[in-house]
Amino acid sequence: MAAPAPETRTADPDAAPRPTTFAAALNTALSDAMAAEQSVCVFGEDVGTLGGVFRITDGLARRFGEDRCFDTPLAESGIAGMAAGMAMNGMRPVVEMQFDAFAYPGLEQIFSHIAKFGNRTRGRVRIPLVVRIPYGGGVGGVEHHCDSSEAYYAHTPGLKVYTPATVADAYLMLREAVDSPDPVIFFEPKKLYWSKEPADLDALRRQYEAGMSGESGGSGEAGIDPAGVGAEGRAVVAREGTDVSLISYGPSVSTALAAAQAAAEDGISAEVLDLRSLVPFDDAALSATVEKTGRAIVVAEAQGFASVAGEIVARIQERCFHSLASPVRRVTGFDIPYPSPKLEQHHLPDVDRVLDALDMLQWED
Amino acid sequence: MDEDTAADGRGSAVAPENPREPLAHEKAEQAARIEQTSRSFGITPEQYMLPAAQQIRMLSPDGSLIAEEEQGTGAGHEYLVPEDEALLAAYEALVVGRRINDQNYALVRQGRLAVYPSSHGQEACQVGAALALGAGDWMFPTYRDSVAIMARGVDPVEVMVSFRGDWHCGFDPLAHRVSAPSTPLTTQLLHAVGVAHAAKLRGEDTVVLAMCGDGATSEGDFHEALNFAAVFEVPVVFFVQNNGYAISVPLSHQSAAPSLAHKAIGYGMAGEQVDGNDMVAVLATLRRAVSLARERSMPLLLEATTYRMQAHTNADDDTRYRDAHEVELWRRHDPLTRMRSFLSSQGVLDDAAESRIAGRAEEVAASLRTAMTADPPIDPLEIFDHVHAAPTAQLREQRAQLADELARGQED
Repeated sequence: MAAPAPETRTADPDAAPRPTTFAAALNTALSDAMAAEQSVCVFGEDVGTLGGVFRITDGLARRFGEDRCFDTPLAESGIAGMAAGMAMNGMRPVVEMQFDAFAYPGLEQIFSHIAKFGNRTRGRVRIPLVVRIPYGGGVGGVEHHCDSSEAYYAHTPGLKVYTPATVADAYLMLREAVDSPDPVIFFEPKKLYWSKEPADLDALRRQYEAGMSGESGGSGEAGIDPAGVGAEGRAVVAREGTDVSLISYGPSVSTALAAAQAAAEDGISAEVLDLRSLVPFDDAALSATVEKTGRAIVVAEAQGFASVAGEIVARIQERCFHSLASPVRRVTGFDIPYPSPKLEQHHLPDVDRVLDALDMLQWED
Repeated sequence: MDEDTAADGRGSAVAPENPREPLAHEKAEQAARIEQTSRSFGITPEQYMLPAAQQIRMLSPDGSLIAEEEQGTGAGHEYLVPEDEALLAAYEALVVGRRINDQNYALVRQGRLAVYPSSHGQEACQVGAALALGAGDWMFPTYRDSVAIMARGVDPVEVMVSFRGDWHCGFDPLAHRVSAPSTPLTTQLLHAVGVAHAAKLRGEDTVVLAMCGDGATSEGDFHEALNFAAVFEVPVVFFVQNNGYAISVPLSHQSAAPSLAHKAIGYGMAGEQVDGNDMVAVLATLRRAVSLARERSMPLLLEATTYRMQAHTNADDDTRYRDAHEVELWRRHDPLTRMRSFLSSQGVLDDAAESRIAGRAEEVAASLRTAMTADPPIDPLEIFDHVHAAPTAQLREQRAQLADELARGQED
């Protein structure tokens, strides 16, 4: 079953934000980015007339015309490669890969060119583009529709890798990705597309645009950063705690939050860190939470072997060894190809599995 | 729609559509463009898209001009012999290009270059690619197209620093509108389509020349690039240098198509085949392809039949896959000697011009020798500086680590 909706991090108590879907936030972010900058264009498979199979590009072709939001032939290497060329020549393409596993034909373009062109040319040719990838499971998808493929991209130097976990971050981080001078792989947890949180997209727009023009620094309160501007490389504490840190990102943040809630009922105070950006990585926030609590569990959907979760554990022991009261654990997917819909519940990290891991930590000094 | 108004009050009976008859799918706009273009030449779309019955050739192997009716040209496949001035400039670039190839080959043997994929024998294609383009156009070369990049005006030394091993690309692609040479095959064809598409959206008339070899036409990106270019109606000239081998594998193992130019019709674009060792025909066909692409905003495919006279690189041994006799046969079709005897017989090239050109080729070779035997300092810390627009915290840490190692190394 779907995990409970995460706690909101909306900062302004005066606004009465309406329930807003993750999908609507992404759609509005694309629309606002296209309105703000003529060079932004959106393309991919079924993104034009249909508005994308998840409707994330709904209405963009109608509003901005078919020159700026259009369907391509069905070829992911072509989409990625053409986007690279357009970015070389002054455009800011935002391309959609229909599903995580369908992005693989585009990997050569992404790994060998999009990631490397800036370095190859000593910074003379930058490739500012966004590759949007709906990813992860929990939606009953058939084979090739539920991969957690972030490690492949995070392992490739030259790419930035973002993955929002909240409606506000869906808006703010996508705007930031479009404005980035670097190529950004933008992972959208598809199980969150239709989740709703109270969010005021007009306020987020003002917040983002004020942040871009340097008018607002975003006043953090209680360790919670309301400003998505500057999300790059900046994790946020999604829930404060003192006994253990649950490190998570994207689709697993809601699992970590639900586990923290359940742990609180058992008298354990768990802090939840939402990484938001895997590349660049926020070592400072990671060290801060682990040094504070002395215990850490990494929660992530992707299979654990050679994973981002494994990298996080390595960074914790390199940087926080003397603060640790217990070995660091991981709760990840198993090292199997993504299972079929009726079996995915056994594969995905859930609250019980996180609680089991909590029990396995060393609690006596 | 309202049928009453459509019928115009005449009540004419419209035959009901046969429900068993499938409706025709809408065709890409490119199809109409091809139709219109072929009609303007008085031929069918098929006659326009298929290559001419024989490859376009204007100079015989001995350098004499072939009679017009035997050049392979025909309705819709007409090519003009370029003017003398352009031909002399092409000859000069050929001589300089050959000298560069041979100088670099020697520099590899001396251990001054890590590698050099030579285009010896293919210089007419290299020169034609550069000279057919305007200043605002773009070129997307491969690793074997150094001479084309230099003929486009990029400083030969800047082109060669990548082979010296200093950095992956030594020149500024934006300044010259020449992309960094692509090593993965045909990936750059899609970048070419993207550059052309961006220019088209801005209303610019930029033409993009996308270069690849015969083996590369087997790659998936070749298909995707040609298809995208035709669907988006962008002015890209796909220029295939068919030199007969992909390292060791002959063309017969790459494709069963009648010719590589025949592939064009499958994408809804025109294809043509040219004798790639005939400087006059290469320049004539490329010029027309570039101008058709520009005027009609559509892609074309040109296949030049040529031959790589040397091994793939210094690491290759071509005696393992082709015999010396074959190489000797191709030597008789050398693009440089053919062009020299043609221009001499036409009175365009005299001894003074020949000696001036030879002098210039020597100057370029000397500058390469000087530059490639020098070891200018390279800052090792720069390896961190261009990965992203601004280094991440992780890269700053690693940079500091290397800086510390270097500092300690200097103290020892």
